[in-house]
Amino acid sequence: MPILSLDPRVNRLQAEQVSDDQGPVLAAGDHWPSYQVFHQRRRGEKHSSVGIVHAPSSEMAMALAKEQYGRRGETSNLWVVCSADVLEMDYADEDVFRTTPSKSYRDPAGYKVNEKIDAFKAKNQG
Amino acid sequence: MYGGGYVPVGAEEPKAAIENPELLAQFEARIARGEKIEPRDWMPAAYRKQLIRMIEQHAHSEIIGSLPEGTWITRAPGFRRKLALMAKVQDEVGHAQLLYSAAETLGKSREDMINDLINGKSKYSNVFNYPAETWADVAVIGFLIDAAAIVNQVANSKGSYGPYCRALERICYEESFHLKQGHSVFVWLATGTSMQRDMLQQALNRWWEPIMHFFGPSDKMSQHTETLMRWKVKMATNDVMRQQFLNMYVPKIWELGLSLPDPQLRKDESTGQWLFTEPNWDTFFKVINGDGPCNRERLAVRKVAEERGAWVRAALSRADARYVTPLA
Ligand SMILES: [Fe+2]
Ligand SMILES: [Fe+2]
Repeated sequence: MPILSLDPRVNRLQAEQVSDDQGPVLAAGDHWPSYQVFHQRRRGEKHSSVGIVHAPSSEMAMALAKEQYGRRGETSNLWVVCSADVLEMDYADEDVFRTTPSKSYRDPAGYKVNEKIDAFKAKNQG
Repeated sequence: MYGGGYVPVGAEEPKAAIENPELLAQFEARIARGEKIEPRDWMPAAYRKQLIRMIEQHAHSEIIGSLPEGTWITRAPGFRRKLALMAKVQDEVGHAQLLYSAAETLGKSREDMINDLINGKSKYSNVFNYPAETWADVAVIGFLIDAAAIVNQVANSKGSYGPYCRALERICYEESFHLKQGHSVFVWLATGTSMQRDMLQQALNRWWEPIMHFFGPSDKMSQHTETLMRWKVKMATNDVMRQQFLNMYVPKIWELGLSLPDPQLRKDESTGQWLFTEPNWDTFFKVINGDGPCNRERLAVRKVAEERGAWVRAALSRADARYVTPLA
């Protein structure tokens, strides 16, 4: 016997109750691969990663990304990239960057000469 | 919208001790420092399992939660209300997508999550097993259920799992519109004709018990959650969230001259805590185990949607498509 609802749209479905021993309705891959979405708010700003959509192709991913990530606020541009095409660094390798912030020789702040100049001036005036 | 990382009765305290103690210590230290865990980090099996359960339930709640309100889109009173409700319902389905992808990063596919929703293995928030009988129910859902969901989601957005926090950040931003539009519908009815006020009062009476159930059983009855709280999976206890909700929203109901069907409900000014009649938790367990007014309808509708949409998905699919776990 179909489900009886307050909602006439549900009644039109003539949906049957899910049986107690319901098996899987979906097989692996039925919901398509995923695409990473990058969103640019305004021209001149950078594109930022905002999330994913499931889609069968990049064209469909773009259509769904417009709906999912562009439906309010400002949007000037979107990129979509199939998740399978992204090479991700291993978080376990994070430590290779641990000493980077202390590499002062790569930093403008690592080059302070005013003291030397002041000392030089003081000595030569005296 | 969503209620409580529902830990079923009989669930065991996660056994972290049997895992690699060195990695576990690093993991716990990272969380204690306030850093986030990312998808391919080492994590205790119990952490992964509980997060999948929680995010999956949250996703199901969003997608099932769009059904009672969806009923009223075609009958919304006026064009602006219809536009707002369509936008809100679309957001909720969008929330489901964001949350399913957050859960996918932990290794469970979206197909498996939806299969488990339909076969009843995986739960969703109990409130959505009740019908939206009148337009005033839409007001109560949009205002109070979304408000309760926000209390829960704001707490969870400070949790330890990166992808879940990122999804929640976007969700909370959209929820603030849901709350505002719900409050607007609510105030319109409350300040309208006596018939409109009456309709709203009746909807409030119907929804009060499900709302009191929303955050899950009282802490006195629920299972150990210390580990889950230390791992920042569960961010606030059910009672703390319920108190927060009552404190923020009961005054907003009372200021409109409406009543709530609980003669004990009042704030104890000396403790700052709200006092209330304990809701019937047997009803809660009965409904969550499948015997509420709309459980069967909700699952049947979800199943039909998946089955009857299958040919469209198949027609668009490409043979060379390859699934990998999404990055973030
Ligand atoms: Fe939501
Ligand atoms: Fe919402």
